[in-house]
Amino acid sequence: MRILGISGSLRRGSYNTALLRHAHEFFEREGVEFEIDDELRSIPPFDEDCEENEPIAVAQFRDAVARADAVLFATPEYNSSIPGELKNGLDWLSRPLATNPIRNKPVAVIGASIGAFGAVWAQAELRKVLSAMGARVLEGDVAIGHVADRFDSQGLLNDPNLEEELADVVRALIVEALGRDEAAVGSSETPAVDDGFASR
Amino acid sequence: MSMTETDALPAGTWSVDPVHSNVGFGVGYMAGTFTGTFSDFDANVSDGVLKGSAKVASVQVKDPNLEVHLQSPEFFDAERHPDLTFRSRSIERKGGELVIDGEITIKGHTEPVEINGTISEQLTDPYGGTRFGLKLQTTIDRDKFGITWNNPLPSGEPALANEVALTADLQLARQP
Repeated sequence: MRILGISGSLRRGSYNTALLRHAHEFFEREGVEFEIDDELRSIPPFDEDCEENEPIAVAQFRDAVARADAVLFATPEYNSSIPGELKNGLDWLSRPLATNPIRNKPVAVIGASIGAFGAVWAQAELRKVLSAMGARVLEGDVAIGHVADRFDSQGLLNDPNLEEELADVVRALIVEALGRDEAAVGSSETPAVDDGFASR
Repeated sequence: MSMTETDALPAGTWSVDPVHSNVGFGVGYMAGTFTGTFSDFDANVSDGVLKGSAKVASVQVKDPNLEVHLQSPEFFDAERHPDLTFRSRSIERKGGELVIDGEITIKGHTEPVEINGTISEQLTDPYGGTRFGLKLQTTIDRDKFGITWNNPLPSGEPALANEVALTADLQLARQP
């Protein structure tokens, strides 16, 4: 199983990217491969005129999502919403809607902010966008406010409740990804319908 | 076999003629009703029991992107729940009027449902077969089936109603 992490922040010292790096340890404990994508910064502004000759960065981003069994997003909050580069990447990714690589894929959203509320509005926005794209959006969340004070010198969250919330999201994402695999296996066989009713 | 006065549905086995039948839904959306149909469905009557199913992937509305959205996890979740199914438990008939008690399964949730409808007389079609018609309708609460999407109006009221009308206009042909 392979899980992809996508940070909505490009900043080198991003707290949200740090959060994903910390989540990496939880995935490792579960024996799951986890990789943080770094394509967002290279993706040009979405332009429908360029779709026929898709930029390489977009193709690589699309491929990274396609190869993942699930995606964990960590987003900051800019002006009460999600960062432009994250929305831009998702806009490229979403097309065409019927076959986009995140369709039916389990995704979870977490977020951190230096303010008090932990990017809850941005998280809600991101869930809305991902749902509209057809992703299987998990309900669990982690909202880390005052994030500058939340990491200790070891890079761990200094609040055990937040550690547990992050662990819960990681586990839930793995469970959903496993369920999707099972569903995919099931869909390749004849649907189990009682009395052979639908076998028309 | 012929229908007796005590049979709610004709005896024997009858299968839907899908070309001359329709299965659809209607739900209040903003100032009107949003409607759609399922192009791939099945129905049969056997031993007095009515069963039906529809493929979520065959949902048809007037916008292809919306058809895709309706199949996503946010709505029907076609990947994990590809079929809608119905099965009758009991049927009361008075003349041409029917009241059907049954179970409907949508998105993995099974709920009891009461369906009202009418049944036609049997007739012989131009090809020598025998068929009859059913016109059925019911209303379900989509929240009970885990389909909770909404979009608030500026007033704060939800744009999409919870109550969804389901309709089936079926022609059923006698099987040998």
